[in-house]
Amino acid sequence: MSARIGVVTFPGSLDDRDALRAIELMGGQGVALWHADRDLRGVDGVILPGGFSYGDYLRCGAIARFAPVMEEIRTFAEGGGPVIGICNGFQILCESGLLPGALIRNRSLRFVCRVVHLRVETTRTPITADATQGEVLEIPIKHGEGQYVAADDVLDRLEAEGRVVFRYCGPDGETSDDHNPNGALRAIAGIRNRAGNVVGLMPHPEHAVDPDVGPTGGQALFASLFTHVMAPAR
Amino acid sequence: MSSEPLHRQLGLQDDELDLIRDTLGRDPNRTELAMYAAMWSEHCSYKSSKVHLRTLPTEGPSVLVGPGQDAGAVDVGDGFAAVFKMESHSHPSAIEPYQGAATGVGGIVRDIVSMGARPVALLDPLMFGPLDEERNRWLLEGVVAGIGGYGNCIGVPTVGGEVRFAPPHSANPTVNVLCVGIARADRLMTAATHTPTPGSLMVLYGATTGRDGIGGVSVLASATIEEGSEGSRPSVQIGDPFAEKLLIEASLELIEDDLLEGLQDLGGAGLTCAVSESATRAGLGARLDLDLVPLREEGMEAFEILTSESQERMLAIVHPSNLEHVLAVCAKWGLATAVVATLESGGDLDIRIGGEQAARVPALSLTEKAPVYERLMRPIRPNGDDPTFASFESDLDEALRSLLAAPNVASKRWVFEQYDRMVQGQTVAGPGSDAAVVRVPGTMKGLALSVDGNGRYGSLDPYLGGAHAVAEAARNVAVTGARPLGVTNCLNFGNPERPEVMWQFSEAVRGMRDACLALDTPVTGGNVSFYNESGGSAIWPTPVVGVVGSLADYRLRVPSGFPIPGLAVYVLGESFAELGGSEFAETVLGMVAGAPPALDLQAERRLQDLLQEAAAGDLLASAHDCSDGGMAVALAESAILGGHGFAVTLDGDMPPHVMLFGESASRVVVSVAPEREGSLRGLAATRGVPFRRLGETGGPRAVIDGMVDATVDELTEVWERAIPRLLGEAS
Repeated sequence: MSARIGVVTFPGSLDDRDALRAIELMGGQGVALWHADRDLRGVDGVILPGGFSYGDYLRCGAIARFAPVMEEIRTFAEGGGPVIGICNGFQILCESGLLPGALIRNRSLRFVCRVVHLRVETTRTPITADATQGEVLEIPIKHGEGQYVAADDVLDRLEAEGRVVFRYCGPDGETSDDHNPNGALRAIAGIRNRAGNVVGLMPHPEHAVDPDVGPTGGQALFASLFTHVMAPAR
Repeated sequence: MSSEPLHRQLGLQDDELDLIRDTLGRDPNRTELAMYAAMWSEHCSYKSSKVHLRTLPTEGPSVLVGPGQDAGAVDVGDGFAAVFKMESHSHPSAIEPYQGAATGVGGIVRDIVSMGARPVALLDPLMFGPLDEERNRWLLEGVVAGIGGYGNCIGVPTVGGEVRFAPPHSANPTVNVLCVGIARADRLMTAATHTPTPGSLMVLYGATTGRDGIGGVSVLASATIEEGSEGSRPSVQIGDPFAEKLLIEASLELIEDDLLEGLQDLGGAGLTCAVSESATRAGLGARLDLDLVPLREEGMEAFEILTSESQERMLAIVHPSNLEHVLAVCAKWGLATAVVATLESGGDLDIRIGGEQAARVPALSLTEKAPVYERLMRPIRPNGDDPTFASFESDLDEALRSLLAAPNVASKRWVFEQYDRMVQGQTVAGPGSDAAVVRVPGTMKGLALSVDGNGRYGSLDPYLGGAHAVAEAARNVAVTGARPLGVTNCLNFGNPERPEVMWQFSEAVRGMRDACLALDTPVTGGNVSFYNESGGSAIWPTPVVGVVGSLADYRLRVPSGFPIPGLAVYVLGESFAELGGSEFAETVLGMVAGAPPALDLQAERRLQDLLQEAAAGDLLASAHDCSDGGMAVALAESAILGGHGFAVTLDGDMPPHVMLFGESASRVVVSVAPEREGSLRGLAATRGVPFRRLGETGGPRAVIDGMVDATVDELTEVWERAIPRLLGEAS
């Protein structure tokens, strides 16, 4: 048995096929889910992929949170099921209230597509369980609205509770303004919920598994996810 | 203007009105006149260019679809076809850069989809005036944001392009877009494989029809832009990339389910063009009911509905038995649909509104029977001394830095980081490579893609401008190890009613023709953009060429940069004393003069054949085309891209600056592992390609003995920072 991971396609999703391909390449089983369905088809985990759901003309993720499938995902998440939001998926999780804070336009006011370095800040998530704290991963970003913001007390709480999952950093793991591609507060690239099963991140691990077309920093994250969902005593 | 008769206001000539009268046997009404004005515009009819374009080679064993369809197609093997075409959106971009560029992307993507192919790559050749003018910075920023804003939202990676700068492009930026798609070769939607019959339905799906973009082809694209052109802003369309993404998915699903007898996008000249071309291809007429077209606003007149260029619309030809299924697929993707027309025997378009006839014209008279002109031509030869013989005593190191910082040469990272180059997960090599390489999913094949054009060469000798564009684009494909298969082009010129412009055009086409024949790369389609001038001053004659090539195994792609230390560095091809038309002459000497480099097409062919053979035998560690800035820049870029320095010696009987910066054609800088040098030398000798060993890779410095000595880090900094600095974003 391999891990069955669902990938939701909203109208305007773009990296849905890429996420499915990455799952298969890493030895999992990808299951295509449709935004209008109320059925998660018994998957072990869910990925909300990148893209511009419903065009994102209002606010990124603001309409997708109302999709029928999101009700099921909320229930799934409340039951401890792993839900990973990548890029637009992260934005949708924030809009849904499953994660705190918001993603606003990049500091440069421009879209940016670049391979960046990420420092793993906690191993207490389904996608970092097999990584080591402080490990540096190479993963691309590509977004126009990826600047993570939240009120100071929210940020303090995230830090105190160990819920910052990834930070943008240099090749040696050092954080600095030069290595922050979008102006995210405290260089935050990804966070998790209190229970740890819901993770949102701006970088695209699904574009970092195939060495022929990019870096490989995403491999560890998929491997972790599969191990996590296949563990007998979840 | 308002005192002019209507046909002239719409852009029709007096004798064209006479021709319409002859066709119809009566005076056309206002609606019919608007239809003819749109379809007989230069943009739609190619009336000035057709006689020249007909001389281009269009056939070959790889060609599956040649010119005349929405896009061309070549056979890339394993049952797959690469569908590709390039188009210009320069005129709208000059008025409203963001939307102009964005809708240019949207239009070419729909052309690819309408052939039944999934769009897999975009490349954008762009030309602007110098960045020290604020308006040019505004245009660059707007165009790049528009390309990104649209392309990034539809999930098609932007994998390459060009950005060049020249004073004549200040008033008239050049914005071209090439899209490549992949389809099963046996599933291409062509007129040959799909034959609708009378009674088949025309289903309009996608966005609603509004008043935007009316007169786009005639007012904007087929006339020069003059002072006060902001008034034509309503003729610029507005893009909705989300709707486009849904259109792509719905269209591909319709094709996959084999539900269509024909598919056409609505672009220039809107519904008029789509209906008349679809009817023409079927050899039929059609009855079109405008009351059924979903409208964005009330009270639109017949001519407005017929010529609106509202974006994100497609027209499918559907057998009545498939209608229900087609409507269900569109509904799944949330797209509005309307059955607006029925194909009929005869050949007339019978157009109704409010129960009355609005127009009745033969479909063919709008399309294939449009006028064709043999316009007057007058040769012009630019004057000026050849810079090859100008004296140059200054510092060579400094000259190299000036060239690396020249906007034509400098890193375009500021531009391409705004584009999603990786979505779809097949981009093996993206922007900044000689050619982009994208994989064909499910195979080991790679498509190698390049676009090239050099307006400076075109201005000095349009024949060589055309020939070099083909040769360089094909060479960029060949350095990756791929075999160039086919050519598309976008020919950017001034006003064809001026005999000098028409002569430049015909010369450029002649140059392309000779190069395409020599390199065995037929032309499968393209686009002509005339009237790129303001106040009698035209852009440089700029034929831009896109080449699609096939790499049998993408893992054997040859990179551009020096990958490791300890390799032997060679130049393949011969160097001559040629500084005419060079980047060095313009940037360092301030001269745009002389003859562009000569081009021996047989030598070029031998070089490209050698590159493919050497790559297939895994003999090359890197290969980089020698073009803007000559050998010195090619070596520096190889070091910058690979992160390894070099030490080489150049000798010959030329002055050092000519040796370093001359742009002799058909040359490539390669690096080779020491144990493979013998094989490469043997192969080059057998194939008749001159070669010379220059030195080795390695170390932190870029050293050209006695001429240049700098660290690779310094050169990288100069090269990377130049454009941000010109935009005021770096110190």
